[in-house]
Amino acid sequence: MKSSSSELELDRPNIEDYLPSDSFTLPPSPTRLLHLRDLLDISPTLTEAAGAIIDDSFTRCFKSNPPEPWNWNIYLFPMWCLGVVIRYGILFPIRVIVLTIGWIIFLSSYFSVHFLLKGQEKLRKNLERSLVELICSFFVASWTGVVKYHGPRPSIRPKQVFVANHTSMIDFIILEQMTAFAVIMQKHPGWVGLLQSTILESVGCIWFNRTEAKDREIVARKLREHVEGADNNPLLIFPEGTCVNNHYSVMFKKGAFELGSTVCPIAIKYNKIFVDAFWNSRKQSFTKHLLQLMTSWAVVCDVWYLEPQNLKPGETPIEFAERVRNIISTRAGLKMVPWDGYLKYSRPSPKHREQKQKSFAESVLRRLEQK
Amino acid sequence: MGNTSSMLTQYDIEEVQEHCNHTFSLQEIASLYQRFCQLDRNGGGFISAEEFLSVPEFAVNPLSQRLFRMVDGLNFKEFVAFLSAFSSRATLQQKVEFIFKVYDLDGNGKVAFNDMLDVLRDLTGQFISEQQREQVLTHVLEEAGYKKDSFLGLADFMKILGNSGLKMEVEVPVD
Repeated sequence: MKSSSSELELDRPNIEDYLPSDSFTLPPSPTRLLHLRDLLDISPTLTEAAGAIIDDSFTRCFKSNPPEPWNWNIYLFPMWCLGVVIRYGILFPIRVIVLTIGWIIFLSSYFSVHFLLKGQEKLRKNLERSLVELICSFFVASWTGVVKYHGPRPSIRPKQVFVANHTSMIDFIILEQMTAFAVIMQKHPGWVGLLQSTILESVGCIWFNRTEAKDREIVARKLREHVEGADNNPLLIFPEGTCVNNHYSVMFKKGAFELGSTVCPIAIKYNKIFVDAFWNSRKQSFTKHLLQLMTSWAVVCDVWYLEPQNLKPGETPIEFAERVRNIISTRAGLKMVPWDGYLKYSRPSPKHREQKQKSFAESVLRRLEQK
Repeated sequence: MGNTSSMLTQYDIEEVQEHCNHTFSLQEIASLYQRFCQLDRNGGGFISAEEFLSVPEFAVNPLSQRLFRMVDGLNFKEFVAFLSAFSSRATLQQKVEFIFKVYDLDGNGKVAFNDMLDVLRDLTGQFISEQQREQVLTHVLEEAGYKKDSFLGLADFMKILGNSGLKMEVEVPVD
């Protein structure tokens, strides 16, 4: 079997390791002989197929839940209309102005710091760090982010990785506001990509392209180097690898758990009272997502910095990842599903089907031998 | 969610109910319609095999390749009719007919030895040798009073599966 200890990979974990092995077998009567009807009766497999068509846990992870309609009431409706006017007519322009001011301050000071303080690396780094935190605070202010942080604020020290559940790119902004994390992220197109490659690079962020296998190696190498460095910004990884709707958590990639560092879990839970913070990247661009947030009353969320975890003796990275996922899911009230988020982009491996075939084949053979 | 209006009129629903022999209730059909729109990502009014494959739990099913041929390009009415065999209101006859159709892919009303072998191959993959598969199948066929070259019709399926306490039900979530 694969020994993944030496080579760190951001590659997908084996789904098989996560799934319970209760696939369909023949009816549980080991003493009975095999009859024709046992072979012809394919109803368990068909039922499972139809069940998946009608409802499946994977699709549910990425479903944006529409808000409950509460305003269709003769008394509430005028109030709601008034709210719309305020949100779009007053709040939104103010927020745009705030954000613009933020950008002007940020860009002017960032570039002066970046070019004028060439000699003093340490000072420059610290200033750049606080400037990134500043612009993130402006972003949070632009959606009137009501964020409650629980637990100690992360500190800079080597050999530790922060992992958090992922709902939208705004998770990153919310966390960045408190601490300038270096984050591992998918490379985005458009203006977000431009920001990534110019400014965020200075806080040590690492980008990759999900579909490029070569990128994985480079990222893995950079990861190791980053974790070892004493003065680097704390590393933040979203091990789900994709945005989930904040009701479920999909499997964690094992990359973050193979570094041999302490893993500090962060749980983020959004309150959907005003707006759904889930970014469905298939349906909206990030700009549209931001506009949606900026025209809502507020973004309310809780952030918990949880107890740091270490690999226990005898524990595999996958088990470790599952343990941490469990801690985060419990805190944020998420349901755990045994699916790899990358299945949004690719098909499940045939291994998974083979396991089902194997258990069926074994039960056929077992009963045949009893003759 | 999405591009299609999720409101069906009572007439629409009754028409669909007619089409699936009233195996689903009004709410169930409304709920299935939401699911249909969710699966029909490009909003074309039908679900392609590719869109069915995007459900991993379906894609890993050993019979998915075979079921694709039955489900590819279904519109909503056909989608409901396809699923109606899994309703708790469907008769045993309907359920057995569905299973028969899975075996009888060419639709000639007869299931030959090879059809059964194909399904068994889908179910067991590489974990039983081809030779052993044929052996097993021949054995159970003969034990049940058939020969290797006999064709099984729907009536035979009814006889074989009819009294085995067939459990083939899927609940449609209704909110």
